[in-house]
Amino acid sequence: MVKYLGKRIFYIILTLFIVSTITFFLMKFMPGTPLTNQAKLTPSQIHQIYKQYGLDKPVWQQYLVYLAGVVHGNFGVSFQFSNQAVSYLIGSRMGPSLIIGGQGMIVGVLLGLVLGSLGAVKANTWIDTTSTIVSILLVSIPSFVLAVLLQYYLGLKLRWFPIADWGGFIYTVLPTMALAASPLAETARFMRTEMVDVLSSDYIELAKAKGLGKVGIIYHHALRNSLIPIITIIGPLTVNIMTGSMVVENIFSVPGIGEQFVKSVLTNDYPTIMGLTIVYCAMLCVVLLITDILYGLIDPRIRLSGQSN
Amino acid sequence: MENNQNVLEVRNLKINFNTYAGTVKAIRDVSFDLRKGETLAIVGESGSGKTVTTRSIMGLNSPNAVIAGGSIMFKNQDLLKKSRKQMDAIRGNNIAEIFQDPMTSLDPTMKIGKQIAEPLIIHKGMKREKAYAQALEMMKLVGIENAEQRINNYPHQFSGGMRQRIVIAIALVNYPEILIADEPTTALDVTIQAQILDLMKELQTKTNTSIIFITHDLGVVAGMADRVAVMYAGKIVEYGTVDEIFYNPKHPYTWGLLNSMPTMDTSGTELPSIPGTPPDLLDPPKGDAFAARNKYALEIDTKQQPPFFKVSDTHYAATWLLDPRAPKMTPPEQIIERQKHYAKLTHEAIDEHKDKHVEEQEEQL
Ligand SMILES: Nc1ncnc2c1ncn2[C@@H]1O[C@H](COP(=O)(O)OP(=O)(O)O)[C@@H](O)[C@H]1O
Ligand SMILES: [Mg+2]
Repeated sequence: MVKYLGKRIFYIILTLFIVSTITFFLMKFMPGTPLTNQAKLTPSQIHQIYKQYGLDKPVWQQYLVYLAGVVHGNFGVSFQFSNQAVSYLIGSRMGPSLIIGGQGMIVGVLLGLVLGSLGAVKANTWIDTTSTIVSILLVSIPSFVLAVLLQYYLGLKLRWFPIADWGGFIYTVLPTMALAASPLAETARFMRTEMVDVLSSDYIELAKAKGLGKVGIIYHHALRNSLIPIITIIGPLTVNIMTGSMVVENIFSVPGIGEQFVKSVLTNDYPTIMGLTIVYCAMLCVVLLITDILYGLIDPRIRLSGQSN
Repeated sequence: MENNQNVLEVRNLKINFNTYAGTVKAIRDVSFDLRKGETLAIVGESGSGKTVTTRSIMGLNSPNAVIAGGSIMFKNQDLLKKSRKQMDAIRGNNIAEIFQDPMTSLDPTMKIGKQIAEPLIIHKGMKREKAYAQALEMMKLVGIENAEQRINNYPHQFSGGMRQRIVIAIALVNYPEILIADEPTTALDVTIQAQILDLMKELQTKTNTSIIFITHDLGVVAGMADRVAVMYAGKIVEYGTVDEIFYNPKHPYTWGLLNSMPTMDTSGTELPSIPGTPPDLLDPPKGDAFAARNKYALEIDTKQQPPFFKVSDTHYAATWLLDPRAPKMTPPEQIIERQKHYAKLTHEAIDEHKDKHVEEQEEQL
């Protein structure tokens, strides 16, 4: 286990290194400058600013300085908000994103599990059809459309929830719903397939032959066996939530890293873009690591083969 | 005698399946009895309806199955008339089943102790502790070593043979009156097969369970069964004691099955399998379903289904060849050899009450 963990963590670090390198050089060779109104500045002023941010040095030197900073959790200073460290900027915006992202994930996966199981247990009935239609709709409506629809109907018309902004829990409801759609649909689809598969397996047949009733079969045998593979889609779902949050946070004016990311892209705030890219990547790596460990803990087949290796 | 009682009586069972292509007439008027403590083998090529028959007894046919007629009497009650809940109470309690593939018939994520204890908890309302203690006893009974430790293992930690022992333990843990074994050794290699068969016989003598033993392989029947029913295209075409079926078969289909069965001296050589394929059960033939593949077929076979002709009190076969008006046919050479052996058997065994039937058969040779 320790050996396995060590190996995984090494790969995570390697990944982050590669991602930092790629983003660094992409940013360097991207057209455009961080200066919003370059035309109004004199060459010496520009030189002054470049010097201040270390942009006058050769690229390889800038790269080494950057890497050294990253290792210490220092992503440099934001171009957009001068004198604000990128790491501080990200840190102060992490909370809202984690809240709506986490809520969206939990709500989406849980509802998806219920919807998918219902579809499988009641396969080829109207319940199954409804559950399939719901997941197809949720997966095919782009998140910005859904977000705007939610905002318009539940916020503006019915006035159940605030349209935008950030305050207490009530402000998180609409963004959470918008973010939950994709994991809900994906989980439901996956769960239905898994469960239909499990329900037609020989060991379910044996459970019936034991005299176990319908509920008992689902509760004691079918659920656990179909739930285990669900863990494997948590990683991809996290990616969905991350990309979704960039749009959703903007629409609902959530002061999170997704909103920041879009802003930074629009203002060519390279240090913040790079910092956020690395942070997104790190979060995904951690989620993948956790789900892999979880998978090993829950599935007895993997647990034991891991021990003997 | 107690062991002559029928524990199960299947009468005129007819099962259809609704499919997009039409109605599959899978079981077409099947009747048989199962006696206390006996092993009844049901043999026949794949697709002949063996599994559907057992599924009907268990009340576990697929949703597109339709009971088109008949009854399955168990303890004076018709199982076909029972609700799903009522059948739940019988399954795993009075009637248990073991399946073909032990690699897939155990829940991969549940410890085997719990899987064996489950029927006790379901049917006897036992507390966990007591059920596990009994499960442990059962594991020892089916020959699992280190049962105390292995009770906490998962299925993947056992070999195929061991898993089938576990499946048997699950089936027998409530000491059911009837055990249905649907090709229980087909997925196992030969040496393991023999061990599992021995175990089943051993447990049967201990528990006096009646066994319905389904197989497409006559080879495993000889040492296992008391009586044999031969199935073809949704019907039983011949049934009798194991000696009668092996050494005095009357139905050309049984001849074909016996001839395609590997024996000591045929091992290694190409076995003659029955040419042709079973009929389409969407539209079964009017006469004898086997006629198209039967080189001994008579004209009447294509027109009218043969009734059962009595060969002995225990032996019946549905073939027009047994009709007194039928022309005398010489069975394949191998079958004649078998019948010679049978003549010897019966002279030795039932010399004292040698009955008319045996003489008749000898005349026919
Ligand atoms: N659910 C089903 N739908 C349609 N046909 C079926 C179904 N189950 C079994 N059958 C048909 O019933 C016949 C008997 O099948 P089965 O009892 O499984 O044969 P065996 O066990 O002797 O190999 C076959 O022709 C098979 O195709
Ligand atoms: Mg079968």
